[in-house]
Amino acid sequence: MLHVSLEVTSTSKNNMTTRLPTFRFTKFQIFVHIVALLPLVILIIDALRGNLTYNPIQAATLRTGKTAMILLVASLACTPVNTVFGFTPAIKVRRALGLYAFLYALVHFSIYVGVDYGFDLQLILLELSEKRYVLVGFAAFLILLPLAITSTKGWQRRMKKNWKKLHRWIYAAGILVMFHFIWVQKSDIRQPLIWAGILAVLLILRIPRVRSRAVTFRTSRRAGGKKSAPPKPVEVNEPVVQ
Amino acid sequence: MIPIKSSEITPESVYHDRRKFMKGVGLAALGGLAVAACAPAVAQPTAAPAAATTGGTIAPAAPAASGAMTDELGDPVNTFEEITNFNNFYEFTTDKEKVAGMATDFPTRPWTVEIGGLVNNPAIFSIEDILSRFDQEERIYRLRCVEGWSMVIPWLGFQLSTLLELVEPKSNAKYVRFETLLDPEVMPGQRSNWFDWPYVEGLRIDEAMNPLALIATGLYGKDLLPQNGAPLRLVTPWKYGFKSIKSIVKIDLVEEQPTSLWMAAAPREYGFYANVNPEVQHPRWSQRTERRIGETKRRETLPFNGYGDEVAYLYEGMNLAAYY
Repeated sequence: MLHVSLEVTSTSKNNMTTRLPTFRFTKFQIFVHIVALLPLVILIIDALRGNLTYNPIQAATLRTGKTAMILLVASLACTPVNTVFGFTPAIKVRRALGLYAFLYALVHFSIYVGVDYGFDLQLILLELSEKRYVLVGFAAFLILLPLAITSTKGWQRRMKKNWKKLHRWIYAAGILVMFHFIWVQKSDIRQPLIWAGILAVLLILRIPRVRSRAVTFRTSRRAGGKKSAPPKPVEVNEPVVQ
Repeated sequence: MIPIKSSEITPESVYHDRRKFMKGVGLAALGGLAVAACAPAVAQPTAAPAAATTGGTIAPAAPAASGAMTDELGDPVNTFEEITNFNNFYEFTTDKEKVAGMATDFPTRPWTVEIGGLVNNPAIFSIEDILSRFDQEERIYRLRCVEGWSMVIPWLGFQLSTLLELVEPKSNAKYVRFETLLDPEVMPGQRSNWFDWPYVEGLRIDEAMNPLALIATGLYGKDLLPQNGAPLRLVTPWKYGFKSIKSIVKIDLVEEQPTSLWMAAAPREYGFYANVNPEVQHPRWSQRTERRIGETKRRETLPFNGYGDEVAYLYEGMNLAAYY
């Protein structure tokens, strides 16, 4: 495998003038892809081995939901991690994290509708109308759907300014997901509150005034207290989910 | 009075292999040949670990028919593994699959239960007293958890009414209040102050006197394991599982309606009655349907968990949506 791919690369270098799609990933990107896919792999292995607790459908629902939530928070962390902390590789994985969040949300949603409720629409609609956690979870999923579809470079180009407008809805989805997570708890809501707190920080760091202050603070500390002009945040050329 | 007959105890190995057993028996069982057919299937009862039954009166017997392994609706009992490894017992942990491991060293001997309050004969029973004084019988009951899952469990125990009759409630006793052991040393979940320990539950006295209300001391013909509420617990099968308080140390007859732990924690979600009711919705879990552990498809939840004939009279004229 390795040999073949090397050959292809050298061929393209020597003979091709048109740009081939390159699939070169940085180590950080590979790391992110592996980490994001791991929960799905583990879920499938556990499901096949009958290792998903005595209530496997519920366990699979909870696991995929939680993974989706964490990945959504991770994708929302990319921008502030870049602008405020200057960790530029984060931008390269933002779209992937957003899409993985959607993937897990889709699996989560499908398990609920198809496996748990067996596509019993009447029952599902009753749940939707009676249970606020179902309602906000479904709303968040409905937001993620068009964002995932329009996450490609092509859609970004076609939609121009509207693309950014549309993808800002991810903030609303994040907030709805936190309510979903809090309301589904039986008693102890400390864990969802911690995640909601992280999300709140990530959203607050996007407010222009807060962001510029944070950048100034960081750069002044690095300069040993000396004043220096805040560096411009790295220009984002990648299509991103938010 | 009770349509659920206490059945003979079935060897655990037969219980475990019941699905295989049922498959093997196949149509023959339907033809009434179950007794004959079961003999080869029960060839190796070696798996049963030290089945020391407490009362000494119960001898393992071969199942008379496949009916011995189902509830009165014909649904098979859950496996011993399911019943003893999927437990809501917040005194240990909120993780249902971790309770069993954390409760292995829970000391159930010595154990005493204090019965008092508005009674003529207050008493303190040791668990040995209880086991020798009250005949243990098997009751196969459905357990419907408020979280939307359910099981069928072959309990071993005795009617709560016989215990109450012994202590003679006074005329002003209106409710029975139960209390779980409070000992954060052995119940690490009680170190969390998220709940107002100890666990408290209550029944109206007529509910407590209903023949279905059971004090369970065992299941599958063996002593209760700590994760199931050893050494003795309440079982009220027409109510959501949380009413069936575990590891009881105190029973009081009282005049005022007791406030249970869950009523105190979330009064809008958990009421005093907590009767299984598909008409009364919960903010999180479907009460119209439930998932039987071991099954994929949801089942419709039955009013009073299917025990309406036995208990509905208790609530005549009551608005069960208001008294949930």
